Amino acid sequence: MNKLIAVVGAIALLAGGFYLGQSKQPAPTVIKVPAEPREKFSSAGAEEVASAPAATVRSLETPTSGELIVVKDGESIQDAVKQASPGAVIKVMPGTYRETVYIDKDNITLSGVIEQGKYPVLEGEGKRNDAILYSGNGVTIENFYITHYKGNGVMGQAGNNYIIRNNFVVDTGVYGIFPQLGKNGIVSHNIISGIEDAAIYVGMSDNVDVVFNQVYESVAGIEIENSRHALVEGNMVYDNTGGILAFITPGLPIKTCGDVIIRNNFVVDNNHENFAIPGSLVSNIPSGTGMLIMACDDVVVENNIITGNKSAGMIFTDFSLATSAATDPDSEPNPNRPKILNNIMRNNGDDPEPMVRAFLATQLEARGPDIVDTVGMDDGCILNPERYRTLGLDKYGECEFASTANVASYTLPEPVPPRSMEDLDKGKLAYYGVCAGCHAYDSRMIGPPARIIQAIYMDDPQAIADYAANPERKREDYPEMPPQSHLDEETRLAAAKFMLNLKN
Amino acid sequence: MSRFLLPLFVLMFAAYRVVAADIALDGDCPPGFELTAGHCELRSLYQMYDSLENAGVGGLKTGLPGYRDGFTPQQIDLGRYLFFDPVLSVDGSVSCASCHQPDKGFADGRGRSIGVKDEPLKRSAPSLWNVAFLNSFFWDGRADSLEQQMLGPLYDTHEMGNSPENLLQTMNGIPAYRKLFAEAWPAEFKFPGAQIRLDQIYTAIVAFQTTLISLNSRYDQYAHGYADALTEREKEGMNVFRSFVARCAECHTPPLFTNQQIAVIGTPEPEGMLFDIGAEKTLNEPSQRGGFKIPSLRNIDLTAPYMHSGRFTTLREAAAFYTGGRGHAVPQGEQLKIHWHIWEPRLTDEELDRLVDFMKTLTDESFKPLEPAQLPSGLLPVHNNTAPTGITLTGEENNE
Repeated sequence: MNKLIAVVGAIALLAGGFYLGQSKQPAPTVIKVPAEPREKFSSAGAEEVASAPAATVRSLETPTSGELIVVKDGESIQDAVKQASPGAVIKVMPGTYRETVYIDKDNITLSGVIEQGKYPVLEGEGKRNDAILYSGNGVTIENFYITHYKGNGVMGQAGNNYIIRNNFVVDTGVYGIFPQLGKNGIVSHNIISGIEDAAIYVGMSDNVDVVFNQVYESVAGIEIENSRHALVEGNMVYDNTGGILAFITPGLPIKTCGDVIIRNNFVVDNNHENFAIPGSLVSNIPSGTGMLIMACDDVVVENNIITGNKSAGMIFTDFSLATSAATDPDSEPNPNRPKILNNIMRNNGDDPEPMVRAFLATQLEARGPDIVDTVGMDDGCILNPERYRTLGLDKYGECEFASTANVASYTLPEPVPPRSMEDLDKGKLAYYGVCAGCHAYDSRMIGPPARIIQAIYMDDPQAIADYAANPERKREDYPEMPPQSHLDEETRLAAAKFMLNLKN
Repeated sequence: MSRFLLPLFVLMFAAYRVVAADIALDGDCPPGFELTAGHCELRSLYQMYDSLENAGVGGLKTGLPGYRDGFTPQQIDLGRYLFFDPVLSVDGSVSCASCHQPDKGFADGRGRSIGVKDEPLKRSAPSLWNVAFLNSFFWDGRADSLEQQMLGPLYDTHEMGNSPENLLQTMNGIPAYRKLFAEAWPAEFKFPGAQIRLDQIYTAIVAFQTTLISLNSRYDQYAHGYADALTEREKEGMNVFRSFVARCAECHTPPLFTNQQIAVIGTPEPEGMLFDIGAEKTLNEPSQRGGFKIPSLRNIDLTAPYMHSGRFTTLREAAAFYTGGRGHAVPQGEQLKIHWHIWEPRLTDEELDRLVDFMKTLTDESFKPLEPAQLPSGLLPVHNNTAPTGITLTGEENNE
């Protein structure tokens, strides 16, 4: 009897224990079947692309004039650039070119010729700074093998409507490809490795597609920095310290970052030792970081395969990582409105770097997460969060869209046009901006007044334009005019016309 | 001594009476400006270009940052007189032009400027060329308008030493100025007894300062498309300048050659001077300790010595600082958040020489204003001891 009671009691205890145990289990997985399709992703880019026919996505081309210049091994590429007019195509034959090429003209196509797998090689020999610099609009740079430069492989300083594609950049200084301060560009099909900062670095830019590149063995694979409307798609990003980064660098003149889509990339085994230059921002990146979103807003992460990154798969954070930079009161630090759609994530965080380990310890964790938000944003969203090991995503809601498929590209359907001159007369700008240093309407300055010039030249602006290019001393009582041949013919003529019509 | 001075003073005053009646304000805009509906509007070839996010930073064909213009020709010309007139200082010994001399790139050629007390101040006088485009002022960026900025020198006891009350009283006591202010603000001086106001004084000086435009250097000719404007060596220098090894253009970004940010770069003070904490104070931000505004490099060849307290006497020395190693000149015990672009570029001597060659192409004084020969106060200009070229001894401006 007593025995029976004891057995019943034991069963009751067990059951109770089982019950208690059961109640500690997570709630059963609820699989949601959406009754209605989700809203489409909406952004400025969607409108831009929707306005263009589907076939013209990423159809940007450098305009050509028919001018063709061929550069052979032993010749100088820069000599060809000097000779080229806007619209020229410069074909560079396989060979080794030891120079820095700079393009300060519009609409130049600099195109390597590949024969039997042989590329034209730009060789920096460890002593030249950058391989290719451009500051013109509408530049294409393709089919080069760039190596051993101290600075960048390809660097843009302003310049809209650029295409940088099909290049190798190997063991070259600070950045592999670095378009900066331009709008509307494509960086595609480049293979870049051994870069001590970022293999591809889009800095302070608008409307850029970084697509189908292979980047590895660099400190950072792809960086989108202080830029808006960037698409990072279809890239193979592996063996870097950090794979794909979207962030704000404090202290720059353009202070926002946002509307970045990172999708369909392979972000794999980014566990390279950090070999960045001390003091650089990327020197703070923990080795083993798949993606890092720092202070950049409205970043969508979709359909990436993110595996084997030893610290964490994906980190959303503020400037707490950027310990080496001075604080900029004008830079907003939070990664606002993060959007994490479906991604494949596996084996991330298996061996976090000490810095990440220390952070994890504060969260009573030892293994790095697939996804971590160190700020704990309350305006983020995620799909199927139960699939991942996450930290700091408690306040994330469910995304209202499941795909960004209707943003085929963030490049523009039409090239960025030159500034509208509708209300601006070039002749007027040249007259006031240059000529007025010596000529006033009525009063005598260094040169004779415009009124006197009007009386002499009447309705012959061409004569003024010609004289200004090649002046000779005409008047005893005035110093000789310095030549204005730095203004092109059209501008000189426009200025002359303006001068002849001046009324005050 | 006064026995000798007094007759001189009387003589001067007699001259002043004649002169004062003669001074009239120019009705034309200065070069670089179009007169539109009574106001002077800036015109520049750079207005043909856009810039990303309208930030006014980029490369060769990049639009300008936002700027101040739209003053009347009379306000501008009145500002010119005020700028050169030592009557603005407490004892008549210093004018704006004392520290911002037209012949010295609108700086003063000193490492640290000298005010009414005849002793060096803490920092150097920045050039005034292209201030129309700037959005913060002083080396530590503590003023965000030219109006706010000028309160510093006007009323600092070490600079011009004046007070608002005294300045107003002085200006209203000078009939010539009352007449000129009435020309510059006719509507406000319609009524008898109208007084000169402080805001009018400030506006006139700003109006003048914002006409100091320098955008016609040989570099600019290159930027607008004339490839031969620069020599091969200068182009080499330009490529070093914008390369990602030297990285000069990352902060000294065209077209203004500044991105208008504050940067901690850790330059040394002159021997014996205490470390200057710079923007740490302005921003109340310890990480900005030793931070200073990035200056424009336009007309930089004219404004030696260099850096906030003039430690470097030549452009070559200033350039070489950047290749000396990260933090190499930071005093012991100072922990600075040195800017990430300060690194070890290992520039060669040739590259440093080329950088200097390039920086010298940024010189353009084609719109340099004329200095008034007489001032409405009757005082003599004090910024130059000798008569500058272009002004005759009889006084009238020699613009012939």
